[in-house]
Amino acid sequence: MENQRWLWPCLCTALVVTSLLSVSIGPLQISPMTSFNAMVNWATQQDFASVAPHEQLVINNVRLPRTLLALAVGATLAQCGAVMQGLFGNPLADPGIIGVSSGAALGAAICIVLFPHGGEYLVAFSAFFAGLLTTLVVYRLAASPSGTSVVLLLLSGVAVAALAGAGIGVLTYMASDMALRDLTLWQMGSVAGAQWHYVILSLVALAVISWQFNQNAKALNALLLGEAEARHLGLDVDKLKFKLIVLCAIGVGIAVAATGIIGFIGLVVPHLVRMLIGPDHRLLLPLSAILGAALLVIADIGARSIVAPSELPVGLVTALLGAPFFIVLLLKQRNKLG
Amino acid sequence: MLKYLSMKSYSSTMGATLDALCSASLCPADYRVNDHSRSSHDCVLPNSVSNYADTAARVATISMTNLSVNIADKAVLRDVNLELHSGQVTALLGPNGAGKSTLLKSLCQEVSLASGQITVLGRPLKDWDRAQLAKSLAVLPQHASLTFPFKVFEVVQMGLYPLTLSQQQGNVLVDQQLDKVALSALKYRRYPTLSGGEKQRVQLARVLAQLAQAGRSPILLLDEPTSALDLAQQHRVLALARSLATDHNYSVIVVLHDLNLASRYADRLVILNQGIVVGDGSPSEVLTADIINQVWQYDPLMIKESEDSTPLFF
Repeated sequence: MENQRWLWPCLCTALVVTSLLSVSIGPLQISPMTSFNAMVNWATQQDFASVAPHEQLVINNVRLPRTLLALAVGATLAQCGAVMQGLFGNPLADPGIIGVSSGAALGAAICIVLFPHGGEYLVAFSAFFAGLLTTLVVYRLAASPSGTSVVLLLLSGVAVAALAGAGIGVLTYMASDMALRDLTLWQMGSVAGAQWHYVILSLVALAVISWQFNQNAKALNALLLGEAEARHLGLDVDKLKFKLIVLCAIGVGIAVAATGIIGFIGLVVPHLVRMLIGPDHRLLLPLSAILGAALLVIADIGARSIVAPSELPVGLVTALLGAPFFIVLLLKQRNKLG
Repeated sequence: MLKYLSMKSYSSTMGATLDALCSASLCPADYRVNDHSRSSHDCVLPNSVSNYADTAARVATISMTNLSVNIADKAVLRDVNLELHSGQVTALLGPNGAGKSTLLKSLCQEVSLASGQITVLGRPLKDWDRAQLAKSLAVLPQHASLTFPFKVFEVVQMGLYPLTLSQQQGNVLVDQQLDKVALSALKYRRYPTLSGGEKQRVQLARVLAQLAQAGRSPILLLDEPTSALDLAQQHRVLALARSLATDHNYSVIVVLHDLNLASRYADRLVILNQGIVVGDGSPSEVLTADIINQVWQYDPLMIKESEDSTPLFF
């Protein structure tokens, strides 16, 4: 309760500051003030403030879409992570647990390796649909006449992910050197070269899932009492599960299609927020979204600064930062959990 | 000295202690059911139903006809016919595997019926909308663990899920339920840090919150509510259940293992053995040495009649 008061303004400020930095930092240094002016110009489509044309061009076509894509994908992954952890009642669940990431990776691998001239839209398209399809297969495998058990969902997720991994292995073995490089980089995820239509699609997806998750926040809380108890409270548990899983698959599917696989945001962010404000989904979901967005923007700034003028894939940065952080978290909580 | 006492006199000492513990000063002291707590309710409760022997005011809230349930091709319940009434505490007794839990589960639609029918508040169970039914029928689970560290009041808030309330009404309701189970002081504690008994009482508060808009005949199912509780807490929880039935017309169905608690707090005992109802009636009608011998294969060392003429066993 006492944390909430300062957490909202803090996180929102952090989000604004990191976004502004993200627009300013890069091979072409632009001052934050100029970036702000350029964004006002962009938003109003007029020349309110004077910005050098080349700076305006860089911001309009490179920095702004890239930053917005990082925001949208970060917020989506963090929220889907929080929802999956709630749904599975397992703090180690991440958005990939229902097979969406592994399915998307297989879809992308098929396109990159077997249709090398299909272009990036084909890769994105196939990644999204393969992700959604894999999720539905996982769900179907776990469904039985008496409902869908969480344990079965978890196991079939693992099994299907293993199958997809094997498929990717075969494709990797078959791939040409060029395709191999594309495939590897795709699996590390990047928001570089963001294009406006991906940005808009991701933002729309974010809006839809945020709204829907928020509608179901109370139901998610009740579900944590246990499935039987949630049913006694009048909840249609199977319908809720299906709805949330499909929403996650769509959200994560679009994120993965736009950027490739970015790990750890969905796992670590909900943990961090839970440590600060507790597990109530009514607060957990929006705050995870904000923190996830801010962290991915920061990771992206790191990705293009650490080895400048070259770039790291942002998925590599989140993994490099996220994994040690997660280990520290585990060690700190070991006594409580174990 | 104690080991030189004969078994019988030792038992009667125990009996006396129990009687003392059961005395009125202890039982309802901490758990209150205040009448003003019902002011937000959408109906006027018949407060005249204070004497549960008054059968005229009671209505059948649950009726089961020819109920049979099979689990893995084994008959777990066989041709059970029961009618349960509002304003009564009904205890389900029987040895492990007798079908008590299955009976509760069939009321919660967690097992499919092989045959027979269940009617709740005059409507067949399968015709009920789940969310509507949840307002009138609540279940206290035997074990309730939470993976994530919710605070106590947040757990009680979860009970408000089926209700339509403003934020403020909800907060008031949560405070009232915590007060009923004497946990107001722990409102902001994290659930996993509580003792087993405290957790059980938080869950009870949650279930009571769920029934806040139940109307005329709330139904409360308690699955071994006393299993995690110490002696005094056992009596408090059952005294609360007793007063909900007597003063607020609840139908309370409680699965118990302790015959003496059942004898003291229930109006009616239903004894199950191997899926069949073998005894049904008031404690003094049903709890006889014969039945105990037959159902539990246990010879009671002694049977004593307590002050309110319910039988006690040792």
